[in-house]
Amino acid sequence: MKLPPFDYACPTALADAVALLAAHDGEAKVIAGGQSLVPMLAFRLAAPSLLIDLRKLDELRKIDIAASGVTLGAMVRWCEILNHATLRSANPLLVAAVEHVAHYQIRNRGTIGGSIAHADPAAEMPGVALTCEAEIAVVGTAGPRTINAENFFLGPLTTALAPDEIIIEIRFPAWPAARRFGFREFARRRGDFAMAAAALWYDEEARLARDAHVGVIGIGDRPQRLTAVEAVLNGRAIDESVIAQAEAAAAAAVDPQSDIHASADYRRALTGVMVERALRGAANAPRG
Amino acid sequence: MRVRFKVNGTEADVDVEPRLTLADCLRHRLRLTGTHVGCEHGVCGACTVIVDGAAVRACLMLAVQAEGAEVVTVEGLSHDDHLTPLQASFRKHHALQCGFCTPGMITTAHALLSEEPDCDADRVREVLSGNLCRCTGYISIVEAVLDARAAYGYESEAAKKP
Repeated sequence: MKLPPFDYACPTALADAVALLAAHDGEAKVIAGGQSLVPMLAFRLAAPSLLIDLRKLDELRKIDIAASGVTLGAMVRWCEILNHATLRSANPLLVAAVEHVAHYQIRNRGTIGGSIAHADPAAEMPGVALTCEAEIAVVGTAGPRTINAENFFLGPLTTALAPDEIIIEIRFPAWPAARRFGFREFARRRGDFAMAAAALWYDEEARLARDAHVGVIGIGDRPQRLTAVEAVLNGRAIDESVIAQAEAAAAAAVDPQSDIHASADYRRALTGVMVERALRGAANAPRG
Repeated sequence: MRVRFKVNGTEADVDVEPRLTLADCLRHRLRLTGTHVGCEHGVCGACTVIVDGAAVRACLMLAVQAEGAEVVTVEGLSHDDHLTPLQASFRKHHALQCGFCTPGMITTAHALLSEEPDCDADRVREVLSGNLCRCTGYISIVEAVLDARAAYGYESEAAKKP
């Protein structure tokens, strides 16, 4: 369908964007890459009175890699993450997940901030932010604040963002070089929404896993951490027996819905398989 | 709302509603009907154009967002009197039947080969996964794109050897 009518603003200062958003009392919408919002407009699932384009706000485009972690501005595009020279070593889980984000043309415009704000339960980046314990920095009329990913995603397309707030950047904590990780996703066609995906990492002490973080995507109303699976992994050497236990624990821990893409039973089994494969990838990666 | 950008090297200056997509602006206002509109929500890839060097879906971009950009459509990748190497390769390999998806295939393949002339078949398949074709079964399209690499500076393994 053709898009519903709206006004358009393209502010050159972040404060102006916030002021415009606040002045429209929830009727305005921010557009970043537009790769989720424009389809929402085309389906008439969204009909804002005003679109506020962030494309002229260069301060939202930074990619900062430091000892304390990786900070990505909200307007950083998927293609910039994939083509970055050192991001892959600074947070390899993040880059592995972005390889599964949508298609070539969409990765040339879609942004990390847009994906986080859209909060599709089947999208990769909310799940990776949750699994990495990322912080989401936002600004509104009351000033800036940071929200932990754990408290940010409230449900399908629903976040803790206030109506006058804009995402500024996503901050990923430091990633030790020896950390082991895996990302696996299943979709019928490469680049389509995940029917299930798993993002996980753990550190090792004397070959035993510690501080395991296991997240799953696309099987509920928002990304979830599977603490039952993490408990299976912590303190253990990740061998075939532990991987099998983790797979069973993952399938038992989720309560997926049936929809036109897959039945609940299939999704539950798939969740286990994605965790199993991600874990095997993590365990079998060469030691540096 | 007035918006100015370059299309295929020529200045465009149009007055549009903010809700007009770049795809509809190209087709209806600039009469560049080579850009096809299939699904209108970012799934089929038929509307792919090149904006500032990057292949994008013109149905997921507003015309007003193209302000100051350089846009290349499928018309900009052709000549009146002869086929480009990419077009010739599509013809040689029978990489189209009905032709509806072809503009999106050509623009996407051109962007890919310009950036990565040494891409392999897996990469071509990965990139073209965002473009739906209901006629060919894709094999002939992948072959056409691979065969066109030579025109973009592809160095084959054989050629690299001294």
